[in-house]
Amino acid sequence: MNDNGLLTVESLNVDYGDFRAIHDVSMCFPKGAIISVIGSNGAGKSTLLNAIMGVNKARSGRVFFEGDDITGLRTSSIVAKGISMSPEGSSVFENMSVYENLVLGAFLPGPRKKRDILLERAYELFPPLKEKAKQQATFLSGGQRQMLAIARALMSEPKLLICDEISLGLAPVVVSDIYSRITDVNETGVTVVLVEQEVKRSLDYSDYSYVLVKGRVVMGGLSDELDEKEVKDAYFGINQYA
Amino acid sequence: MELFVQSLVSGLLLGGLYAAVGVGLSLVFGIMGLTNIAHGCLMILSSFFIMVFARHMSGSVVAAFILTVLVMCVIGALLQGVLINRVLAKGPEPALLVTFGVAIVIWNVLQLIFGADFKSIPSPMASVNAVNTRWVVISGEYLFNFAVSAALILVLHLVIQKTLFGRAIRAAASNVVAAELMGINTGRTYIYIMCLALATGSVGGLLVGQTFGFYSYSGMSYLIIAFGVVVIGGMGSIIGTLLGGVILGVAQLLGAYFFGSGVQILVGYLTLLTLLTLRPRGLLGNMTRE
Repeated sequence: MNDNGLLTVESLNVDYGDFRAIHDVSMCFPKGAIISVIGSNGAGKSTLLNAIMGVNKARSGRVFFEGDDITGLRTSSIVAKGISMSPEGSSVFENMSVYENLVLGAFLPGPRKKRDILLERAYELFPPLKEKAKQQATFLSGGQRQMLAIARALMSEPKLLICDEISLGLAPVVVSDIYSRITDVNETGVTVVLVEQEVKRSLDYSDYSYVLVKGRVVMGGLSDELDEKEVKDAYFGINQYA
Repeated sequence: MELFVQSLVSGLLLGGLYAAVGVGLSLVFGIMGLTNIAHGCLMILSSFFIMVFARHMSGSVVAAFILTVLVMCVIGALLQGVLINRVLAKGPEPALLVTFGVAIVIWNVLQLIFGADFKSIPSPMASVNAVNTRWVVISGEYLFNFAVSAALILVLHLVIQKTLFGRAIRAAASNVVAAELMGINTGRTYIYIMCLALATGSVGGLLVGQTFGFYSYSGMSYLIIAFGVVVIGGMGSIIGTLLGGVILGVAQLLGAYFFGSGVQILVGYLTLLTLLTLRPRGLLGNMTRE
C-alpha cells in the first residue's frame, strides 16, 4: 500500500488498565482515498479512533499526520491540524439547534471566517438540515442526527474525515443515501475513513480496507482485491485469526 | 401591612445581591461539574482587594473595583490552570477537595494580614433613599445592588445563549469530548469560566462589602448563601440564580416579619429544603452536565 499516507499509524498499542485493547496496529490512510476499517462489536474500532484523535492515550506507538507526529496531542489541537471525526452514536449537542451545532463545527479561526459559505455547503449536502435549522437536535430522527454529525464534522474543512459507525441503527435506505453523500465529499478531495461493522457495504464504498479482530489488524489491502467471504470468515473468527 | 410590603420589597432587593453572590458558583458547577468551596472566600478576598485598592487610589471605589476584577481574573486563571485543571480529569471530588484547601488558605492568610476586625467598603449611596412613601422605603444602596445584579445576570445569560463563546461553553458543559472534536480547547475554556466566575464574585464582593461589611472569615457564610441560591434556582441556570436569590431573600425577610428576626436565616433554609424536596433539580435547572 501507499507509503506516503495522509495519516499513518505505527505499531500502536492501547490499554484499558490491564487489558490491551489495541495490539501493535499499523495503518496507512492514503491521501484522497476512502478507507474502511471493518470489525465487529468490541474489535477495538472506537478505541483505535479515540487513540488517533487523542481522546485516549496510547501505551506506545506513533500517529503521523502529513508527516507530523501528532501522538499525545490534545484532541482540539489534532482537529486544528485538519482531522475531523463524526463520533459513534452521532453525539450531537442535544439542547442546541441544528444551526448552533453546525456553527460550533466551524469554531476554529480559519473556518469561522468563512462560516456562511460552509453553512451553505452543509445545507446543500444534506437538505433536511436546512429545513430543521432552527430545531433542537433532540427532535431529529436517527438519520438526520447522523447527517448533522457528519455535516458538523465537515464544517471545520478537514483534510481527513473519520466517520464512526454511520449505519448503526439506521434503515438501509438512509444509510445508502448518507454513503452516497460521503462519496460526493470524497470527490471534493477529502480523505474519508469509514468505520463499520458491515462487510459488504464497507468493501463496496471504499478504496482500501482494514479488518480489525480483537484489537489486531488481520487483513488489509485494496477493497477490490479483498474477498468478501475471506473477510467475513476473519471477521467472525472462523479461520486462524480466531 | 406597611411592614409586610416593606419586608417583601426589601427581600426582593436583597435577593438581587444574593444572586450576584451565587451566580459564579452556578457557572462553575453548571459547566465544569465542580463545586467550588472557595467561592465565598474568593468573593471576600475581592472585598479586601477593593477596600485596600480604594485606600491607595484616593478613595475611588470604581477604579479599585476595576483593578480588583483584573486581579481576580489573574487569580482565577492561575487557580484553574495550575491547580484545578490538573485534578478535574480525575473526577469532581478531588477538585472539590482542592477548592476546600484553597478556601482555608485564603481565609487564614486574610486573617493573618488583616486580623479578625470588621471591615467595609465606603458606599456613596449608604444614606440616600431612592423611594420614600408611606408604604415602603427603598434605600438607594439596595436598589443599586438589585440593578447591578440583574444587569450582570442578564448580560451573562445573553453571552451564554447568543455568542460563539457562549455556545462553546455550553458545548463543553454538555460533552467534553464532542466539544474537543469541534476544536474547542476545553481546558482553556475552563480557565475563562473561572475568570468569569471570579469577576462576578468581585461584583458580589463589592455589593456585600458596601452593604453589610465583612470579616476575614465571612467567606464560608456567603458560600452557604450561594449554595442556597444556586440549589433553589437550579444548578447551572443563570436566570435561575436571580430567581433563587429573590426567593431566598423574600423567604428570609418574610420569615422575619412573621416569626421575628431571630429565625430569619432558619426560615430561608427551611424554604430551601422544601423546594429541594419538591423539585430536586431546582426551579430552572437546565444547563446541567450529561
